Amino acid sequence: MKRENTLAFQQGIRDGIPIALGYAAVSFALGIAARNHGLSWIEATVMSLMNNTSAGEFAALDQIRINAPLIEIALTQLIINLRYLLMSCALSQKLSSNISIGHRMLVGFDVTDEIFGISIAYPGKLNPFYSYGAMLVSIPCWAAGTCLGVLLGNALPDSIVSALSVALYGMFIAIVIPPARESKVLAGVVLISMAASILFDWLPMPSWMSGGMKIIVLTVVISLGAAILFPVKEDEAHA
Amino acid sequence: MRSEVLMAILVMAGVTYLIRVLPLVLIRKPITNPLFRSFLYYVPYVTLSVMTVPAILTATQSPISGTIGFVVAVVLAYKKASLIQVASVACAAVYLAELVL
Repeated sequence: MKRENTLAFQQGIRDGIPIALGYAAVSFALGIAARNHGLSWIEATVMSLMNNTSAGEFAALDQIRINAPLIEIALTQLIINLRYLLMSCALSQKLSSNISIGHRMLVGFDVTDEIFGISIAYPGKLNPFYSYGAMLVSIPCWAAGTCLGVLLGNALPDSIVSALSVALYGMFIAIVIPPARESKVLAGVVLISMAASILFDWLPMPSWMSGGMKIIVLTVVISLGAAILFPVKEDEAHA
Repeated sequence: MRSEVLMAILVMAGVTYLIRVLPLVLIRKPITNPLFRSFLYYVPYVTLSVMTVPAILTATQSPISGTIGFVVAVVLAYKKASLIQVASVACAAVYLAELVL
């Protein structure tokens, strides 16, 4: 491996550790839910290994239990996970155009909220090996957590699960706040996004406007509004 | 492993993978449209903010410990602490808060 790739890989492993910790907590809860929906530990572990999507997997549990039609399962995943489409569009601009299809297909396997977050925060163009480092520590934790959740159930104390569940949000904050500190526009965008998110949870909303849909609608509306009011200059967009 | 469960998992994985990979494979050049570029520039900040609040406040056993974790994370991030520092100190703050509460 080239030296720069090795360094990026190691950095990815380091930044992947908090993700892995957070995943362990969330996937443990997912495993408990999977057990309650009648999945075996093999089924739950394979599901987590292949999907890497908390909201999508939680939503699928009930459909798997009642043996829902595959088209229904597919549509649910499409709606809940559509935010990844936006993330991947943004991420496509972080990849140098000479990055091969093969690398793109591997990076695309694990565009989760968290890996996307640290990838966007990576200085300059994204080195795919950074993603691989983060994937190497986070995917096994996600799958193992799910597996242990099924096998052990409620063996982990609630206080530990509760504390670990903040790890992922802590990372999001660590990604969003420093650039917002340097730019009033970004600070405003972050504040408005948080306020709108609270408002949407608090106001009565139709049932389809929850989870994944809420994230998509708010992301499109607020990002578009900011783009129209405060278009970014050439150099900023590459930052 | 039940075959109908495996089918469901494969369908889920296929849909989710396509959503994730298509933009990366299809958009191989820098986007030049200024509006779309600006839009994509703001997307991460909006998405991550929307996902964090209010979810962090309800992720823990009590909204108070969640709020403490949130405030601790924001202060540390503002002081430019690293990812792992922000994440782990926020976890510790929640743990300690719940011990005291």
